[in-house]
Amino acid sequence: MAKTHIKMTVNGQPVEALAEPRTLLIHFLREELGITGPHIGCETSHCGACTVDLDGRSVKSCTLFVGQAQGAQITTVEGLVNPDGSLGVLQEMFREHHGLQCGFCTPGMITRAHRLLQENPAPSEEDVRFGMSGNLCRCTGYQNIVKAIMAAAAVLRGEKEAAE
Amino acid sequence: MNEMTPNQSERAEKLKGLGSSRKRVEDVRFTQGKGNYVDDIKLPGMLFGDFVRSPYAHARVVSIDADAAKALPGVVAVLTAADLAPLGLHWMPTLAGDKQMVLADGKVLFQGQEVAFVVATDRYAAADAVELIEVEYEELPVVTDPFKALEPGAPVLREDLAGKTEGAHGPRRHHNHIFTWEQGDKDATEQVLSGADVVAEEMIYYHRTHPCPLETCGCVASMDKVAGKLTVWGTFQAPHAVRTVASLISGIAEHNIRIISPDIGGGFGNKVGVYPGYICSIVASIVTGKPVKWVEDRMENLMATAFARDYWMKGRIAATKDGKITGLWCHVTADHGGFDACADPTKFPAGFFNICTGSYDIPVAYLAVDGVYTNKAPGGVAYRCSFRVTEAAYFIERMIEVLAIKLGMDAAELRRVNFIRKDQFPYHSALGWEYDSGDYHTAWDKALAAVGYEDLRAEQADRIEAFRRGETRKLMGIGLTFFTEIVGAGPVKNCDILGLGMFDSCEIRIHPTGSAIARLGTISQGQGHATTFAQILASEIGLPADDITIEEGDTDTAPYGLGTYGSRSTPVAGAATAMAGRKIRAKAQMIAAYLLEVHDDDVEWDVDRFVVKGAPERFKTMKEIAFAAYNQAIPGLEPGLEAVSYYDPPNMTYPFGAYVCVVDVDVDTGVTDIRRFYALDDCGTRINPMIIEGQVHGGLTEALAIAMGQEIAYDEMGNVKTGTLMDFFVPTAWETPHYETDWTTTPSPHHPIGAKGVGESPNVGGVPCFSNAVNDAFRAFGHVHAHMPHDHWRVWKIAHDLGLHG
Amino acid sequence: MIPGAFDYHRPTTLAEATGLLAEHGDAARVLAGGHSLIPMMKLRMAAPEHLIDLAAIEALRGIALGTEIRIGAMVTQAELIAHEGLAAACPILREAALQIADPQVRYVGTVGGNVANGDPGNDMPGLMQCLGARYALTGPDGSREVAARDFYHSAYVTERAEDEILTAILIPHPAPGTGYAYEKQKRKIGDYATAAAAVMVGRSAASIAMTNLADRPIWSQAAGAALASGDVAGAVAAALSEIDPSDDNRGPAEFKRHVAGVILKRAIERARARAA
Repeated sequence: MAKTHIKMTVNGQPVEALAEPRTLLIHFLREELGITGPHIGCETSHCGACTVDLDGRSVKSCTLFVGQAQGAQITTVEGLVNPDGSLGVLQEMFREHHGLQCGFCTPGMITRAHRLLQENPAPSEEDVRFGMSGNLCRCTGYQNIVKAIMAAAAVLRGEKEAAE
Repeated sequence: MNEMTPNQSERAEKLKGLGSSRKRVEDVRFTQGKGNYVDDIKLPGMLFGDFVRSPYAHARVVSIDADAAKALPGVVAVLTAADLAPLGLHWMPTLAGDKQMVLADGKVLFQGQEVAFVVATDRYAAADAVELIEVEYEELPVVTDPFKALEPGAPVLREDLAGKTEGAHGPRRHHNHIFTWEQGDKDATEQVLSGADVVAEEMIYYHRTHPCPLETCGCVASMDKVAGKLTVWGTFQAPHAVRTVASLISGIAEHNIRIISPDIGGGFGNKVGVYPGYICSIVASIVTGKPVKWVEDRMENLMATAFARDYWMKGRIAATKDGKITGLWCHVTADHGGFDACADPTKFPAGFFNICTGSYDIPVAYLAVDGVYTNKAPGGVAYRCSFRVTEAAYFIERMIEVLAIKLGMDAAELRRVNFIRKDQFPYHSALGWEYDSGDYHTAWDKALAAVGYEDLRAEQADRIEAFRRGETRKLMGIGLTFFTEIVGAGPVKNCDILGLGMFDSCEIRIHPTGSAIARLGTISQGQGHATTFAQILASEIGLPADDITIEEGDTDTAPYGLGTYGSRSTPVAGAATAMAGRKIRAKAQMIAAYLLEVHDDDVEWDVDRFVVKGAPERFKTMKEIAFAAYNQAIPGLEPGLEAVSYYDPPNMTYPFGAYVCVVDVDVDTGVTDIRRFYALDDCGTRINPMIIEGQVHGGLTEALAIAMGQEIAYDEMGNVKTGTLMDFFVPTAWETPHYETDWTTTPSPHHPIGAKGVGESPNVGGVPCFSNAVNDAFRAFGHVHAHMPHDHWRVWKIAHDLGLHG
Repeated sequence: MIPGAFDYHRPTTLAEATGLLAEHGDAARVLAGGHSLIPMMKLRMAAPEHLIDLAAIEALRGIALGTEIRIGAMVTQAELIAHEGLAAACPILREAALQIADPQVRYVGTVGGNVANGDPGNDMPGLMQCLGARYALTGPDGSREVAARDFYHSAYVTERAEDEILTAILIPHPAPGTGYAYEKQKRKIGDYATAAAAVMVGRSAASIAMTNLADRPIWSQAAGAALASGDVAGAVAAALSEIDPSDDNRGPAEFKRHVAGVILKRAIERARARAA
């Protein structure tokens, strides 16, 4: 099968590549572009480890063909650091509140939480649990993830200072 | 002391040592996607491996035709058992003294078994080639029930063992029998049971499940033929053991093998095993001269790599009329699948299941375990628990509830009257263990007070009345559990895996400017070793934890150790770290004394410095001492400041805990709602409270999953019914409750810092607690016991069988 | 889990899409959100040689609230949930959509894909039957409409011809004051229903449909009629007489039948409480 010419913007950088149409977006990001933050956990769109932000939507990149992202603006966890290279607010709050352990689900969690807070800057704990229900974690039991996201929301609303 | 000198507690705080909720150093890379997991590794010319797997649970392999696959562009090689046989690698030893096929040798014994290994230039070509390989099978009768497997006419599963009446763990009495393991005093126990006031009896099945870490298993094998060196990056919870095993089975000298565990995306026991994928990748790299990556997908992970549990536990417990337990009898039928690949210390084919007398002073007990082959996947790993300890805790905590029902007694009170008392420690159990320390009554009283136990029972009684009056269709269950773990394997005198003693190790180098690196034989899979081991060391040697690098997982640099599983890192490697730190401090004391021009005995340790006794203004900080160690010629002392410790623990450690769960059960739909969960853990000395709390949350959530729905289920043909995360239950944030955590502190008397380990306690205690809550909801209606998992339909069935649906 | 190879097409007009479908016949499949099809392809249970992505066809997008409600086939569940006008006009749509899959899947999964592929586990087909919706189909010979209640024959077998594309869903506005409820029991987020029920109840009319309790959604005319006359027990009995659940990992048929009755009753109670 002929390869397709793929163009997209990933973390603000325009990228172009040839790819087989059947290439899954997650493989394109990880293997073609070397963006290894998004991970492969279940491959059946249940775990959310592969979550990236695509044109303002949280999507599971294991269940999208690369052609479906043609021309898209994609943000991965790597793109959520501050311009000076320091951790972004969500990243910092996950660290502050021990919202991760093995770290494998973390990129998907943070990327999903980013979109959730864009859409709902003042979520309740229930909103966070429901809004994060497309992401599985085997280590944390979610309690500190929820705490981290609530704290990040407060910081982003300007109600709390981010810790050092 | 002048005003410029910070006081002792300020200095201690700066170190971020023991007891500090220090933020994790790992998180800076993980939160920005800069972890380095095995599938992130990309080497020049790297090839990809993929398996052809058996669709049948029991079949003869008649033929394998790989011609079409080999002709596919991008396909480099196809390996079958016939290719591995000349190398002697078509079978491999298991951790349990059995052997396992690497690739199907004439037959297959479980669905998903590895039949052929394809190597191609990318994973897409490899997957295409897998589709093109034609395997002809001849189906054989399937046995998935371990009781049926032991019937006289049962199909013979392991033809390779024909006529072998002696296995790795003693006599085999049937062609599908693996071993019988007996502990305790059979005659005395049966005597007590026959004369007891009350005997409660129950069959308790702990279903088959799977650790299912979010990252599956995988590796990259790279044979450098020029240097003669094999490097394997992989998801290994025990990298040194893998190196030794790889050397023994491949014939490559151990110094020419380097095993690296990079970041690991959760293990929970799944990554202890040695899998055919590792062997095939190594062989493929040797054959092709290129690096070969193999990473299993989720279905393969759930179908073929190590499962956990699958224990049928028949129990009988005897007591006096007033509830004093007089004896315990247990027989386990253990389903090990097609090969015995359990990961247990060699002398313990059922792990530490003989901790099944639990937290209770039971004078006499007897245990027998029969291991059985069936047409299911091999494994039997300790899924977030020490070896078979969660099975034991589930067994005894269910038996206590069953006994309480038989006695008509409150289950909290029954526990209280039978607890091992504080003054009985060290306590020798009827099944052979020496419990190091505990204060069960204090923990229990604290837990019951915290949840308002009496009020909960009163509310439950009101609810039952309301239900009987037809005012509600919801019942309320109160789950109680008091568990004792046994972790930290273990003393080399009785704990080894494949002959490798289960000590662990730490090597420390202090740099001249007062920072340090410590390397250990363990490997973190999310536990935060880089953070906590530095804290242990900070408290021992007085350098800030932030100035100490912790490195694990590279066998070329780390000292030999047996790895991370069974909550052994803190009890064993943590002890090694403290002991190595003390060696550093001993040398530092001599240096300080020399620098201060006093006798060694005239200085004393004070947080981060040696101080001249009686002259606190005269001191040398560890930082100053480190510099001197490299820059001053000190008579009688070698330069440098380094130490190694290999720690062989004198005993296991025995963490314990008291858990209470409150569940609301919808009688009509079987839907359960965990309203409250309180967990009190005593893990001895607490190194990092933040991390302990996180471990408890995580372990409880895995317990929730197991108790409420997570299983590897087979149909009668041996097909796996739960092969994806649609059907294999992993709860989301939505199904997971909020947890309340609490603690008491009873240090281990034999551990250098008194720590006992905590990672697995919440799973061990959590599973019976959730299960007891569900069962308790129906106690008032004559219900005694229902097997897990308590998914909606099974809960509904309890209600249905009790006639609660009218 | 790697899909087989295919040629990817991204038409920008419906005519182009139906042309491609006609050209490639059985070898082609249309791709909406892909969250049913792509997993099937990764398991190699589906292996189309041509994949026709409908994402760039503007005509398949958009929600219009005219004399009736028109939902473009490529409207995602997330767009449907976020649409305030739609939520006011027909609130059961949002209530049901929030119970489908998880947030990420709802951002991509489409209403058209959900109703078109004939998976008995999908929630929208039963809901559309309950609402008396019609599906607009376009093929080489032009367009037609099929009632949702006539669309489903058995699992994955529908009224849609192989060369047709489902382009929109047309829903009559519920009468003012109609009470509604979508009740779903599932094992966890992301699961299909153990049993689900859609109920609309007004002053003299009612409609009831059930999901994942047969090889197709079950709209029960008799149940609706009984409920319209105020006979709740009769409505539940009528609906239960038409379902035919099968055993699976969620439990045996007997259990599902019982739960179906319970949740239908709860849906009815909730819908009646909401009726004005």
